Amino acid sequence: MSTLSRKDVAHLARLARLAVTDEELDLFAGQLAAVLDAVAQVGKAPTEDVPPTTHAVPMTNVMRPDAVRPSLPPEAVLAGAPAAEDGRFRVPRILQEEA
Amino acid sequence: MTSSSDITAMTVPELRAALKDGATVAGITEAYLDRIAADDETLGSYLHVGPEAALERAAVIDAAGTAGTGLAGIPIALKDVIVTRGIPTTSGSKILEGWTPPYDATVAARLKDAGTVLLGKTNMDEFAMGSSTENSAYRITRNPWDPERIPGGSSGGSSAAVAGGLAPWAIGTDTGGSIRQPAALTGLVGHKPTYGSVSRYGLIAFSSSLDQAGPMARTVLDAALLHEAIGGHDPLDSTSIDAPLPVLAEAARRGAGGDLSGLKVGVVRELGGEGHTDGYEPGVLARFAEAVALLESMGAEVREVSAPAFDLALSAYYLIAPSEASSNLARFDGVRFGLRVGDDGSHDLDEVMALTREQGFGPEVKRRIILGTYALSSGYYEAYYGQAQKVRTLISRDFSAAYADVDVLVSPTTPTVAFPLGARVDDPIAMYAADLCTLPASLAGVPAISVPCGLADGLPVGFQIMAPALADDRCYRVAAALEAAQDAARGHRFLDQLALRTATSAEGAA
Repeated sequence: MSTLSRKDVAHLARLARLAVTDEELDLFAGQLAAVLDAVAQVGKAPTEDVPPTTHAVPMTNVMRPDAVRPSLPPEAVLAGAPAAEDGRFRVPRILQEEA
Repeated sequence: MTSSSDITAMTVPELRAALKDGATVAGITEAYLDRIAADDETLGSYLHVGPEAALERAAVIDAAGTAGTGLAGIPIALKDVIVTRGIPTTSGSKILEGWTPPYDATVAARLKDAGTVLLGKTNMDEFAMGSSTENSAYRITRNPWDPERIPGGSSGGSSAAVAGGLAPWAIGTDTGGSIRQPAALTGLVGHKPTYGSVSRYGLIAFSSSLDQAGPMARTVLDAALLHEAIGGHDPLDSTSIDAPLPVLAEAARRGAGGDLSGLKVGVVRELGGEGHTDGYEPGVLARFAEAVALLESMGAEVREVSAPAFDLALSAYYLIAPSEASSNLARFDGVRFGLRVGDDGSHDLDEVMALTREQGFGPEVKRRIILGTYALSSGYYEAYYGQAQKVRTLISRDFSAAYADVDVLVSPTTPTVAFPLGARVDDPIAMYAADLCTLPASLAGVPAISVPCGLADGLPVGFQIMAPALADDRCYRVAAALEAAQDAARGHRFLDQLALRTATSAEGAA
């Protein structure tokens, strides 16, 4: 079992797309190390040959009829978006380089 | 003529009788809106109230003449995690501030079809992550029993509204205890249904393998009636169980008859029993023991049951839930709904996402996303998330073994009564401990109810009854028996004590 350093937390925040502040890093590193310490207790359980449970209700491949249903009107969906243009979501540029 | 305070103290069958007797939906709705206007600035139970929409809807139901049949004309409040078409829905987060959903959750749609009148959306911990409602990005909610204490969480807006007379009942959601714990701390009945028996379609997802919506009400029968209205198979939720709901209201009525002969009750040692009392308040354990004795006096056979894996439920839960949350909350990327920060031409999409999420999420949400990201990352997955899933199997096995010998399992709902505002908000581990007793049933997906079992230090104590999957009716039967026996001994309903106390202190102040 390992613990979480400030650097680890910064890396994880970057992976999770969270632009955390220095103050948050200080706070979270301490708190998360304590939480991790507590949850690491799962390692004490005798789990040899125990299968994992992903879901309380065992289900596989739930099917429904492939029927055409009306979808939401585009304007209703785009009304909730931070930015829309020409009937589509407008997003900031994706590539670093200028086109 | 009934006064508005009489109206807001009524159970649902009483409201139904009043409606049949000539009361109007508009009058009842107005009585609740008046209480909200008078008290909610202090209580903080609602994030959105829609007085005009509620009164319009009330008028439509009055005109239709259906009021008093089924649930038609009964007001209701929904936790703000449930999406409602045309009505702001935030899940307690700034990242969804101002968002108006274009569709209804199945739970909301079923309640609408049943003729209920939506009063508003209730406060909650951000994305249902918390046990005190202090993680709401908007406001704190106070406990009607003591305004300096928390109402529980994450469905604390729903619990405070129903206990405080600001809604006759409400929908909450429970991922690790978020219906049962706030119900216990405010003197309500709260039931977490069998996982998959109430649709999750339109619930803003926190931890998909655990989330479940359910009723929060003033009586066991009210809770059963509300559960019957929302439950049952939904093709829009692929994890929905395609099986009929057990008959719940009838189970509650039968239970209230008080005959529990032949019922086998298991008291879980690991949840407040011998050698496991650390963190439990003596008052809570005393009320619990009295309630167990009461069940015995009604004919139940009580025995102690050991479920060793329950000791690891807290650890497993705080790995599984954050892991699923870190994945579910990836949808809040500033593209399709809600907040977008930094879209000024100088930042690319990745940076805008990170800035949006930084500003839009509160500290507990960030902590859980980071923890979940860690538990799922390569190199740590097996030791944390994978191991937690195996512990989940062990917990389910303990339940199965116990249910081979007993019909229901019981425990306190929470280790303590409502704690003071601010007491645990900076200490995640202490906050998580509030869910100690409710987590095993969540992880195993089995139904569990909390019903009041008295006061300790003047504050409500909850009694938890757990049953096998799809046997929710057992929870209602046993809870109703306990409620009826206690009401008979007390001479009035549990929540009447709150009204009496409020009246007394108001006289004192005057």
